[in-house]
Amino acid sequence: MQLFGRLSQEQIVFGLALLLCIAFSIALPGFLSTNNVLNLVRSVSILGILGVAMGLVVIGRGIDLSLVALMAVSVAWTMNLITAGMPLPQALAIGLAFSLLVGAVNGWLIAYAEVPAIFATLAMGTLIYGFGRYFLFALDVAYLPEAAKPLLWLGQGRLFGVPVPIFVFAAVCVAGYLFLRYAKSGRYLRAVGDNILAARITGVPARPVIILQYVLSSLIGFMAGIVTAASVASMNTRLALSTYVYDVILVVVLGGIGLSGGKGGVRNVIVGTLLIGVLLNGMTIMDIQYTVQNVIKGVLLLTAIVIDTIVNPRDEQTAQQGDI
Amino acid sequence: MRLIKTLLLSAAIAVGAGSVLAQEGIDDPTRAPYYDSFKGKRVAYVPVAMGFDLTEGWAMGLKEALEPLGITFDIRDPNWNTDAGAQAITALISEKPDVIVVHNPDVQSYARLLKKAEEAGIYVVQVNMRSSYSTDVFVGADYVGMGEQIGQRLVEKCSPANGGSGKVAITQGVLTAAASIYQMQGINNVLSKHPEIQMVSNQAADWDSTKAKNIAATVIQQHPDLCAITGFWDVMDNGTAAAIKESGKNVYLLTQGGGNRMACDNLANGTFSEVVVYFVPGQARDMATMIKHLLQHKQAPGTTKTTLFTQLNFLTKDNMTASSCWDLPAKG
Repeated sequence: MQLFGRLSQEQIVFGLALLLCIAFSIALPGFLSTNNVLNLVRSVSILGILGVAMGLVVIGRGIDLSLVALMAVSVAWTMNLITAGMPLPQALAIGLAFSLLVGAVNGWLIAYAEVPAIFATLAMGTLIYGFGRYFLFALDVAYLPEAAKPLLWLGQGRLFGVPVPIFVFAAVCVAGYLFLRYAKSGRYLRAVGDNILAARITGVPARPVIILQYVLSSLIGFMAGIVTAASVASMNTRLALSTYVYDVILVVVLGGIGLSGGKGGVRNVIVGTLLIGVLLNGMTIMDIQYTVQNVIKGVLLLTAIVIDTIVNPRDEQTAQQGDI
Repeated sequence: MRLIKTLLLSAAIAVGAGSVLAQEGIDDPTRAPYYDSFKGKRVAYVPVAMGFDLTEGWAMGLKEALEPLGITFDIRDPNWNTDAGAQAITALISEKPDVIVVHNPDVQSYARLLKKAEEAGIYVVQVNMRSSYSTDVFVGADYVGMGEQIGQRLVEKCSPANGGSGKVAITQGVLTAAASIYQMQGINNVLSKHPEIQMVSNQAADWDSTKAKNIAATVIQQHPDLCAITGFWDVMDNGTAAAIKESGKNVYLLTQGGGNRMACDNLANGTFSEVVVYFVPGQARDMATMIKHLLQHKQAPGTTKTTLFTQLNFLTKDNMTASSCWDLPAKG
């Protein structure tokens, strides 16, 4: 174990992804072709975008379980507004405003009402879906209307031969990195996540920073939603009830952003996303049954976590704070 | 002579009286019992979830057919939750409506409850997805037969003898749903006799278009000469279609659904190549007819078992008409 002594979880997961990549390239003809690699990254780019949103919240020692529900409902509503004849920019603005508003309410509940993030956002997710189902749309699936065709490029277009969703993912990653590294509020966010009391004593406006992190996650979530809707020409609001949000958390935690906050960055999200992407793509090529795929995915994730626990034993700080 | 006179006279009176009656109109003797048999009756409907074209279409059709007759029509929406559905049926058994219309999430979950409901004196109508327990009425597609027909279409389209590559892919919904199990059986029945057709991928996408897209993209990438993909639901196959479009390849997409307007729109603009339609308003009408039949006959629930397989239409751009698909009214 000494050999692995200084490996972080991020490096372990990256290593696993590389190993899988090598194994698949030897065993599966066509795995390493340019087209397949592009396809692989494209298929997980939405997961990755959401991962960045979730990552920002988790670094700030929160969690956003309403992320996927909010994305599905606000984008479906936008689609329905366009179908009803509203001009595209106006509908987008209304959908985005709704999304940001809900994000701010989430943040307010957590920062000022001091409701634990996990409960506030869990309840908000259910509330948003119910509200949407009752007031905003009647059908589970909102189709991309004719008037919204310009959006299709975001999900199905190509730029220099590379699918556009990959560029969106990359742009969100770069923006997230720059925000965490150079923006004052980005550094505040990490400080609040690491130790909120210390941050407050040193003069960081802790509560507004918490609100900011949920507003940011709802902003990125809305973007991910638009890309989703554009990529399959429809928005399925049933996503809100699915386990998709746990996949997002998985990507974040797998990449090595600890749920205790303050640790990690955008790079961790990318690594986690890549591992999931390689796995899914390889298993689809091998035509492994869906249920078996879930078993393999679960076993691999557990393996990654076990390796992490062995090489990075719990120290006093994590023991005191707990993981969540 | 006298006898004849009397007879003539009485005949004349009878004719006269008859013509008087005819002028006032004769009451249809079956009318009153027909309406009486529906007065105050209650029909409860438990779909897997409201909010998508099939279940909304059935609800709309049943409502239109039954409510004018004075039948109360209730919807219990378990929203994809099988437990909630089982609870709804249990509650209904004690509330004793006259008919329960059930849309089964899988073949096992409700089987025992449906039997109980019939024993409690409630007629049970199953729609589209069958339970392992047969009740008074089943209305829906013959999925095994549908699978066989789809298999046949794949052979016709993709057999090397007809100039295809012989490679086909299947995107199922959820593996345990009756629609998936029975259809795979049907498809296998046909493909097992055609070794020239190679099934290069058989995956479940969980009725989710994003998953369907990712699967299709990978399969097309691995098999650039793929001839056809058949998907088990048109809503999900919007994703499959997006993957085909992005790949720029000419892959035949054979999907299926209840014939909502979206299917015809997508046939018209080339998103889908062919759609197998089990026409939802027709199914609603079949159900309403059977419910009227049961309520008039008043036989004990469970005494007869009727199966009505829905007629299937294989729609393509060329054979579809304006009435091939139906519209849901917008929520007002």
